[in-house]
Amino acid sequence: MKVLKASDIREYAQSGTEKGPWIRVGMDTGGIAAGAKAVYEALVEAREEAGASIRIEKVGSLGLAYADPVVVFQCESGPPVVFGSMNPDSARELIANHCRKGVLLEDRVMASRDRGESLEGGEQLAILVKDTSAGKHGDRTEFFQQMIQDELDFYGLKSTIRVYRALDMGLYNKGVCLQLLPSRVTYGGVSGPDIRHIIKESLRGGTILEDLLVRGSDPQERIVLRNCGQIDPDSIESYLRADGYSGLVRSLTEMTPEEVIEELKVSGLRGRGGAGFPTWIKWSKTREPQADRKFVICNADEGDPGAFMDRSVLEGDPHAVLEGLMLSAYAIGADKGFFYIRAEYPLAVERVQRAIDQAREAGLLGENILGTDFSFDAEVRLGAGAFVCGEETALIASIEGRRGSPEPRPPYPSVKGLWGKPTSINNVETLAAASAILEKGGAWYSGFGTEKSRGTKVFAVTGKVRNSQLVEVPMGIPIRTIIEDICGGAGTESPIKAVQTGGPSGGVIPLQHMDTAVSYESLQSLGSIMGSGGMLVMDEKDCMVDVAKFYLNFCVDESCGKCAPCRVGGFQMLQLLEKIHSGEGSMDDIEAIRQICRCMQTASLCGLGQTAPNPVLSTLKYFNNEYIALIEKDKPLAKAGLDLSEEGASW
Amino acid sequence: MERKRMSNTGELGYLFDWVESVQVKVRELVGEWKDREGNLIMILHAIQNEFGYVPRGVANELAKELGISLARIYEVITFYHYFRLVPPGQHNVQVCTGTACYLKGSSELIEELEKRLGVTEGEALPDSEFHLETVRCIGCCGMAPAIVIDGETHGRLCQKDVAGILENQRRGKRV
Repeated sequence: MKVLKASDIREYAQSGTEKGPWIRVGMDTGGIAAGAKAVYEALVEAREEAGASIRIEKVGSLGLAYADPVVVFQCESGPPVVFGSMNPDSARELIANHCRKGVLLEDRVMASRDRGESLEGGEQLAILVKDTSAGKHGDRTEFFQQMIQDELDFYGLKSTIRVYRALDMGLYNKGVCLQLLPSRVTYGGVSGPDIRHIIKESLRGGTILEDLLVRGSDPQERIVLRNCGQIDPDSIESYLRADGYSGLVRSLTEMTPEEVIEELKVSGLRGRGGAGFPTWIKWSKTREPQADRKFVICNADEGDPGAFMDRSVLEGDPHAVLEGLMLSAYAIGADKGFFYIRAEYPLAVERVQRAIDQAREAGLLGENILGTDFSFDAEVRLGAGAFVCGEETALIASIEGRRGSPEPRPPYPSVKGLWGKPTSINNVETLAAASAILEKGGAWYSGFGTEKSRGTKVFAVTGKVRNSQLVEVPMGIPIRTIIEDICGGAGTESPIKAVQTGGPSGGVIPLQHMDTAVSYESLQSLGSIMGSGGMLVMDEKDCMVDVAKFYLNFCVDESCGKCAPCRVGGFQMLQLLEKIHSGEGSMDDIEAIRQICRCMQTASLCGLGQTAPNPVLSTLKYFNNEYIALIEKDKPLAKAGLDLSEEGASW
Repeated sequence: MERKRMSNTGELGYLFDWVESVQVKVRELVGEWKDREGNLIMILHAIQNEFGYVPRGVANELAKELGISLARIYEVITFYHYFRLVPPGQHNVQVCTGTACYLKGSSELIEELEKRLGVTEGEALPDSEFHLETVRCIGCCGMAPAIVIDGETHGRLCQKDVAGILENQRRGKRV
């Protein structure tokens, strides 16, 4: 690629995405593990055989981890269609049937979450059907499919409208659901007699059945994930066509560093790595001190067990994070940046490295970027598996090639950071949001979210949930909406008991608080934290003492050992928990645990020790009965299968 | 690194060859990193990629090459989970122990693997076919519980899948 000028970048942004039919294959670590490579190869092979002219692109994750491998198909006309749980056979079928005859794939096609409310603008060509209450009374999807087909036959529509079983409707526990295509009008709670009405009135008459219509579309809002699954992460051109680097052009050519910081202030963006410190303050604090050199660091050492937000962003849209890092460098006056990435994420490392190389080739890294005075370069440094390196001072030590031991603060890294120079460290998600903010403006971003928690947050929802996936929602939406409406609620027969947020530094949120709106403050008031955005769903079979022990064990293992409260306190507390868990505990042990927790929270050197008691304290607060059951009855309450329904409303 | 014995040299000759080849290799791996600040961890990554672990002799050479103490190198190696002091087995089995995997039964997978492989987690038997270890979250929580064998991830496993996966891996490598 030639060296880009500001005008070139603007031109790319205006040229938009390439036209023509295309197929995108989600090729992140999760997708590849589920077999996306074989699907990609089968698609390419089938295309060659068929002599079809379809662009087949490798993209990052669409976030739909539960449906991996995921393929999106855009034909000549109509909206793109998502297919999940693909395999090489269905990939070949896709090319042979969908592309040529407009036939969708049974049990692979996924309903659109952007639901239509009008039938205007053309005839309906297909109906997707799924029994979303499947499991309890047996799956009636096939039965309804047959019924619809018979009914269509009756009206002589069988050859014009096809009926498909859908893999996922984006609706859960709403009985039999139907989606009409291409209008995306969706009906829920459909019963046998309704079928005739739908066909008669909607498909032939063109009117909407108000009482069955499912209103409201996907509550998700994609800002950080705007390009994930949409562009080729290995291509800078693909990013440029998606308005990439236009925030950089705008900042370098039209704004002073102070104005960039002001834009961040207007946006209200807070650090997405966990603590939620306002990003603009961090940038301006690092800008203030006089120094011969300054550094910026992207913290991509995602170590929370049960979290994969950063990995997905790095693998799906590495240029957006790089652009964010460049913006932070411009704002604070740094000339060098580092990506500190987990060595356990080889694909993320590879894609970020490629993004850096491409940007350098295009003149976006190096001397006098875009013909301005701004010079900057970035490089990748690998983590080596130490959770404590999420702590800023420990991360700095690690980049310097030392053990990742934290240092007391102050001095803060903004004054004395990497090699003693002022340094700003931001999380992957924060930087990806920053590039969007500089492109579209701070006021636009602050339009999402709540008063104190602006914008959106990405969550990795996993555990005992029906659809493990990545979601990005505006702050302020209830936890229940995320778990139930987006992710489909319980994934097992057993009802959901609690949701754990924030990983080892967070706590559990029991069922009765599920309607709490997500924000930094609300989660904190419940004794948990937002953290980097892991959301672990637990069902009634999960023993909370065991869960507390799991997280504490993690922190004890990961403690750097530098300060006694964390090193000794964590170990002793774990001993007590194990004693209780094995049925040998007493009520005195609980009091001792509380004491150790207080000590660790107040006296530990860094965040790891200060927050390690959170899972223990929150389980003690909300599931005290399970501790007591272990102490008194000598058996874990959850595993003993005791009825817990009176503890709270059922899910 | 090859441990070939030269035709007309004895034990000592072999040793010299070996030391020399380590020196050459270390110099090569240190390469571009030599004069860069904070290079130690990146060089250790390069060494582990090459040898599968960080051999003592190599660490020794590295200390000389960089002009730092061996203790300083070991301080770093032993602090980080990623670095290994013992060679991995022919096949490397890593069980993810992230929370999602834990909730969905990673401990049962470990149990089954230990039973089938005859090794305990983290234990390195010389010349063993499989090396079993647990790792922190691999970020594939959507596919929990997951294991990684020789870099390939297998997800949504249950106890009864283990035997088949091991057998495939064994056969795959023999062909």
